[in-house]
Amino acid sequence: MSFLHLAILLPFIMALFVPFFYKWFKNIHTGWFVLILPIILFIYFFQYIKPVSSGSNTYSTADWIPSLGIQLTVYMDGLGLLFALLISGIGALVILYSIYYLSGKKEELHKFYVYLLLFMGAMLGVVLSDNMVVLYTFWELTSLSSFLLIGYWHTREKSRYGALKSMLITVFGGLCMLGGIILLYLVTNTFSIREMVTQAPIIMEHAYFLPAMLLFLLGAFTKSAQFPFYIWLPDAMEAPTPVSAYLHSATMVKAGIYLTARFTPVFGLAPEWFWLVTGIGIFTLAWGSFHAIKQTDLKAILAFSTVSQLGLIMSLLGAGAASLHFESIDNNVFTIATVAAIFHLINHATFKGSLFMVAGIVDHETGTRDIRRLGGLMTLMPITFTIAIIGAFSMAGIPPFNGFLSKEMFFTGMVNLLEFDLFNVDTWGILFPILAWIGSIFTFIYSMIIVFKPFTGKHQPEKLEKKPHEAPFGMLISPIILASLAVLFGIFPNVLSYSLIEPAAASVLPYLLEEGESFHVHISHWHGFKIELFMTLGVIVLGLLLYIWLAKWNKIYRLFPQKWTLNNAYDRSLRGLEKGSLKIQEAYMTGFLRDYLGYIFTFAVLMTGWALFSKSAFSFKTDGNAPVGVYEFVLAAVMVAGTVTVLFAKSRLTSIIALGSVGYGVSLFFVFFRAPDLALTQLVIETVSVALFLLCFYYLPELQKREKLPFKLTNFIISLGVGTVVTLVALSANSQRVSETISKYFIENSYKEAGGKNMVNVILVDFRGFDTLFEITVLGIAALGIFSMIKLRMSRGEKS
Amino acid sequence: MEVMMSIVCGILFMAATYLMLSKSLLRIIIGTGLLSHGAHLLILTMGGLKGGAAPLLGEKAKTYVDPLPQALILTAIVISFGVTAFMLVLAYRSYQELGTDDMDQMRGTDSHE
Repeated sequence: MSFLHLAILLPFIMALFVPFFYKWFKNIHTGWFVLILPIILFIYFFQYIKPVSSGSNTYSTADWIPSLGIQLTVYMDGLGLLFALLISGIGALVILYSIYYLSGKKEELHKFYVYLLLFMGAMLGVVLSDNMVVLYTFWELTSLSSFLLIGYWHTREKSRYGALKSMLITVFGGLCMLGGIILLYLVTNTFSIREMVTQAPIIMEHAYFLPAMLLFLLGAFTKSAQFPFYIWLPDAMEAPTPVSAYLHSATMVKAGIYLTARFTPVFGLAPEWFWLVTGIGIFTLAWGSFHAIKQTDLKAILAFSTVSQLGLIMSLLGAGAASLHFESIDNNVFTIATVAAIFHLINHATFKGSLFMVAGIVDHETGTRDIRRLGGLMTLMPITFTIAIIGAFSMAGIPPFNGFLSKEMFFTGMVNLLEFDLFNVDTWGILFPILAWIGSIFTFIYSMIIVFKPFTGKHQPEKLEKKPHEAPFGMLISPIILASLAVLFGIFPNVLSYSLIEPAAASVLPYLLEEGESFHVHISHWHGFKIELFMTLGVIVLGLLLYIWLAKWNKIYRLFPQKWTLNNAYDRSLRGLEKGSLKIQEAYMTGFLRDYLGYIFTFAVLMTGWALFSKSAFSFKTDGNAPVGVYEFVLAAVMVAGTVTVLFAKSRLTSIIALGSVGYGVSLFFVFFRAPDLALTQLVIETVSVALFLLCFYYLPELQKREKLPFKLTNFIISLGVGTVVTLVALSANSQRVSETISKYFIENSYKEAGGKNMVNVILVDFRGFDTLFEITVLGIAALGIFSMIKLRMSRGEKS
Repeated sequence: MEVMMSIVCGILFMAATYLMLSKSLLRIIIGTGLLSHGAHLLILTMGGLKGGAAPLLGEKAKTYVDPLPQALILTAIVISFGVTAFMLVLAYRSYQELGTDDMDQMRGTDSHE
């Protein structure tokens, strides 16, 4: 255990105490107590910047299940530190914001903060764990706490729908990831990510490489809302806005990004990795930005924009993996993609967090987030408007904000891919910059919608529930801080480059560095007249024109039929699964005993018959058999006749008597086969049984209309099968005896050891007396059961 | 002899199965009766039907028949008798309460109604 372990555990410990704070300090908003924790954590993680950026990574191990190789190993390197800072820093800001956003009187705050702290701890666990099983545990915990937070207003139908959807999709991905973890463990025999990275060449060669990679990517893509799994994210917007800002823009959705970045050294050399990560990322970027424009809810626009920006980061990570094909970082033009991914990750957290908070403020102050009802808030809410401008312009990639820089680097990364001459990138690679450019144009348009639709234009107070005014200062603090960071990183980007980006890039691309070498990232505003600059200019000009003509081409969205949307496909497949399983179940669970018996018999016949013939166990030998005497033959004929009579009897009396005759026949067989005790018992018991049958049937109805048993072909086939299989098994068992009988012992020792001459009785009460004891118990239970069935009568609905 | 007995047992099993698949409760119980007869005979047959004296040491014979299957069958007979008796009373009681012995009318009420 170390302080690093404690840092992960603290949120969980704090979550235990939140309900007490809520109960004991009713007058103080619970959030103030919670706020202390992320601030402390942020300061604590901040101290790691210096050692980590100078190249010394820390790790510490504690035992959890050492026998299975599962250790609580906390590993602090550039990537982990970057995420830990994001989680604790934005966590603190979000909690501060939520203190003003959620009313202490109306909301069940203890639940909110417990879930939020659970999430924070789980997320820290994901990014700082070195052991993959521990990582997976925390990963599922983020899914669970996200589920709880989305369904926070659980009385609303839509919240529950969104929570369920996100749960199903992310847990599906999580389970796939577990599969990948197990496969990787089989290859490398370790759960540690660091050791796995050193074994990357072995993994590359292994047959499990591809399945493990695909399963990992499924986990990363579902969590990070990549195409086609992004559909849960827009529905997750039913969560309270602080949750959307924290989980669904800055942290949880980046867990998939984290995983992709973390496993780039393991999988990155494979062409499949490059194509899937880059391809799906860039497609998600274009798709998400295109669909963001038709949304009318501010948070829905932001959700689609998150999807698209995550696609951007993902595609950059894929493009960055191309650099692994070169020996070093000298003249390696592809490393810029990785750097851009990390830089944009930070930028996205700043501007998207602030935009969500802006959306929350607008909602809070006007009562709606629908851009069709909002307008002209600029003069009423000047500070919010300023923050929105900074956030949205940064997202659109307009100088001098930080989004501009990362977008330039993104274009550079995509254009550089054209120089990559592996995996046929030279033929299809041209698609990457084109899709990137188109996606950026749409990004520009929706960013303008976010700023200008609510804040400019005509004010329509009659459509609003409340009279809008500027938000309280406390609510503005967090977005102001985030927006200032967006400006700060925009003007002085290099404060990030040495402290965070270089060590993070070193963790993503570890083998490119020689001993003691580090990345040299210098982010400059001006690269000269290169193609990226013209792309950005094109984005701004085309974006502006399209934004102005938005009303004219907006109809294009109606062309896409509602039936074919992914949401509809998800809903229909869910309903189809339910209906399908109900139909299957109804088809075989008929409620008739007969049908179930039929299944059981059929299964037994088929399995036994299959085993008998497929293993060629059937054999037929008659040597050593006793000869058939006349008596036995006649008796067998009588028994068969009795059996047939039972089958064809029209009245119950005939069948009982025929059954009795079969029973007496059995006891005669016992006589022939020299079993006097059996014959006696059988005789007595058959008599009593027949008497009982007669007694009971006196009260039972006549066989239906004195009809004989109707003939049913399926039943006949099943019973014929049972009879045949029993005969065949008996014949082959008789033909191949494996060992001698143990009865010699009984014959020799009955008198010597037990002092009895009747061997059967000696076996029953001496050698194997336990059988008899419990057979007596069976009889006793039957007697008591019969007694209570007859005596104890409770009519329906009566209680004892 | 074993071959003949195996076939007789097969016929008993077949008839028992056919009866158990029928609608009337009565026939199902008769079916179980036939099934236990078949099983008992099968145990005896599988123990071997070679000649020998009854398993009584007083016979002073050279060979005896195998006593173990006989002990097993004895136990089985008693148990199947207990179960049959219980089932008969159960059938009687359910006819009294439900007014039918038709298995098609005795269906679970949990999910369908």
